[in-house]
Amino acid sequence: MLLKTVFVRLLTTAITLFGVAIVVFVLVRVAPGNPIAMMLPPGATEKDIAALNAVYGFDKSLAEQFIIWLGGVLHGDFGTSITLRQPVAELVLGRLPATLELSSIALLLAVALGGCVAVIGARKRGTGTEVGLDLTSGAVLSVPDFLWGLIFVLVFGVLWPVLSISGRVDPRIDIDFTTNFYIFEGLLRGRLDVVGSTLSHMLMPAMSLALPLAAMIAQLLKQNLKEALTQDYTTLARVRGFSETAVILREALRNAALPTLALVGVQFTFLIGGTVIVERLFAFEGLGNMAIDAVINRDLPLIQGIVLLFAALFTVINLLVDLSYTFLNPRLRHG
Amino acid sequence: MTAKTQLTRRGFIGASAALTALIATGAPVLAQSADSLTIAYNIPVQSWDPTTGPAAVNPALQSIYLAVFDRFIDQAPDLSFGPGLLTEWGFNDDKTKITMTVREGVKWHNGDDFTPEDVVWSLTRAANPATGNPMQFVWSKIGNFSVEGNVITGDVFSFEPALFKWMAFLTAFVLPKKYYEEVGSDGFEKAPIGTGPYMVDAYEQGAYVRLKAFADYWGGAPEFDTVTIKFVTDAASRVAEIESGNVDVTSNMPYEEYDRLIAKDGLSGVAVPITDIGMIFLNDIDVMLDKNVRLAAHHAIDKQLIIDRLLRGYGVALSTLEVPGYAAYDDSIVVEYDPEKSKELLAASGYSTDNPVTFTIQTTRGFKPKDYEMIQAIVGMWRKVGINAEIEVYEIAKHYELRASDTLAPAAFYNWGNSIGDPSTSTGFSMFGPSPHAVWDSPDLVEKIGPLFVEPDEDKRIQGYKDVSRYIAEEGYVIPILQYVMPIVYASTVNVVPYTSGDLLPQAMTKA
Repeated sequence: MLLKTVFVRLLTTAITLFGVAIVVFVLVRVAPGNPIAMMLPPGATEKDIAALNAVYGFDKSLAEQFIIWLGGVLHGDFGTSITLRQPVAELVLGRLPATLELSSIALLLAVALGGCVAVIGARKRGTGTEVGLDLTSGAVLSVPDFLWGLIFVLVFGVLWPVLSISGRVDPRIDIDFTTNFYIFEGLLRGRLDVVGSTLSHMLMPAMSLALPLAAMIAQLLKQNLKEALTQDYTTLARVRGFSETAVILREALRNAALPTLALVGVQFTFLIGGTVIVERLFAFEGLGNMAIDAVINRDLPLIQGIVLLFAALFTVINLLVDLSYTFLNPRLRHG
Repeated sequence: MTAKTQLTRRGFIGASAALTALIATGAPVLAQSADSLTIAYNIPVQSWDPTTGPAAVNPALQSIYLAVFDRFIDQAPDLSFGPGLLTEWGFNDDKTKITMTVREGVKWHNGDDFTPEDVVWSLTRAANPATGNPMQFVWSKIGNFSVEGNVITGDVFSFEPALFKWMAFLTAFVLPKKYYEEVGSDGFEKAPIGTGPYMVDAYEQGAYVRLKAFADYWGGAPEFDTVTIKFVTDAASRVAEIESGNVDVTSNMPYEEYDRLIAKDGLSGVAVPITDIGMIFLNDIDVMLDKNVRLAAHHAIDKQLIIDRLLRGYGVALSTLEVPGYAAYDDSIVVEYDPEKSKELLAASGYSTDNPVTFTIQTTRGFKPKDYEMIQAIVGMWRKVGINAEIEVYEIAKHYELRASDTLAPAAFYNWGNSIGDPSTSTGFSMFGPSPHAVWDSPDLVEKIGPLFVEPDEDKRIQGYKDVSRYIAEEGYVIPILQYVMPIVYASTVNVVPYTSGDLLPQAMTKA
């Protein structure tokens, strides 16, 4: 059953990505803004323009360009970036670890913060504390991530400068890692200077991304916990002498967490999307920051590569969430 | 149960403390070493080949290229030209040949000797369309080089009066022939070398470049041993970086922030007019074919008021596309702010505030300081005299596409840079119809500007451009608005030399 689900989902993922490839390819070419026009010298003649078009392959028909590009993609060649003059695959895969680490840390922070607030809210249900937490969650949720970023920059970057404002790591540190997963590889290699510097740079952008999601998790999980706390099995636990906190953590949380997991899965993809603006604000060299530059410069091969990778990420994350949901939910697992 | 809970709490507190300590090790170090300098720059390096691709013609990237590479000819802060890798240069009398003397005793960053062959190879490569040099149209005008000692001679295929000014401009960098041929373009991107004052020590694409002083630099080693240039594209973050003391120098922040920052202890600033102007292109279509409308639109704009109110006084009002310091600047050409005259001109064409002339004006939003707000103000001024303009916001890329295809709206706000100050690269190419960047394409201008592109008599050429500028102002073919001012903020421990070209050169920075 599970294998069949995986197979079907992988098949639909491939079809989705093919569709995304066509849409992206066509859209970036019909959208206003020609990369060649942006690099034309003042005295360029028609011949010069034709020569530049030929250099970048824009002299061919749209269909021809698509076939050439798709052929390359199927062989792992996503073309060469017009502005960065490097293979697109190398560029996007080089930036992916930064975005994945940032998103993962943000997700962990969101789950930890949201989870704690939900548990406290459920524990203090019906009191002023719950109302206060609800109000705070609502306020946090209403502030967009980039605004949180600006607030953090002001507070922890300028007024009390304890965290690094921009970049991903201190430029003075020499890093000769095999991968661009600075935290993961830094821990494996015992390079705590790299890990510390990366975390110092990552904390503000990660918190900016995490806070709205944390508020969402807090609200949903608390509601589910409150429902669970009215069920017979939690009453039984109380009768057995468990404290209210233990009832929540040991009995209610497991069942209440399932709908939250689905939310986290869906929101994680939005969180990755949110990195575009937040990475820009913090000059964090991830995929999102690169995407903005690519769009500004109309770097068509790079835009295509980034969008395709984002699409692949989203579909894979959705697939993993669905599978984990299936695995964790006994009714679906045995259905 | 209790013991277990306490242990977990203890563990949690311990883990938190360890994490805090770990993050603290990576916390920003406020005090910079005396021999190092950190600059927050507003655009990332896109490519390390300064002669090909879009990056090569991006004026904002030239500062970083100039730290690592040298141009054929050097340019001083006031736009004047001086010896660079070439110490002497010139045309022969009949402008059919050029002669260039190559500086001796120059080293590449890898220790190789710099030779005339490097210059010949760089010029030949730049002229080859296959390399993708965007300025190939300039470099292809010379060729057939021969070397004798340290003197290079070459044939002039097509006379270009500003050729040697171009040698201090976009893509005019000398690259190492031997090294480049050994490592190829990919290898060069990964490990670029030049003859410039700084060597690339570490580069993280999109994040930073760390430069080390080149002890053998022909112009003398720069003052700071290490320069780190962080690419911080967001202006608010650059402001925070300089305010927090994380960086020593930054630029291009909103003028409000500039005024606030330089008032703080420990920070200084300098704001000078640069070779970048804001202008309204007029397209020779629709109502713009009416001279009265064009001139009325120009006379109705109070440029100084816009500069004072919106840009806090940082800007220079312009009447032509030539600015003070450019070779063909003529301060006697003035288009006065005169709304009454605008009303008269419009009335002569049958327009009034009750029966306004209408057209679209395009503008960027947030690309240049207060660009959209300036256009809003201009539209407000126009409305008072009988012009009803509708604002359409476009992106940079769309502007270029529309400009190249000559499909801009009747009026379109954008900017124009000209770091060599030559009139051919300002009035010339922006108003000469066949150029892909010209918007006004009337044959009278083609007739007047065309001959100036090949005029061998320099005085005559410059006077010709002054005459054209006057003619353009009288005909109202374009509406120059202002010359931009670039704000630079720096720690009081550093001296910064501002360049009129807009360059921010680490080698020109010294300890205060």
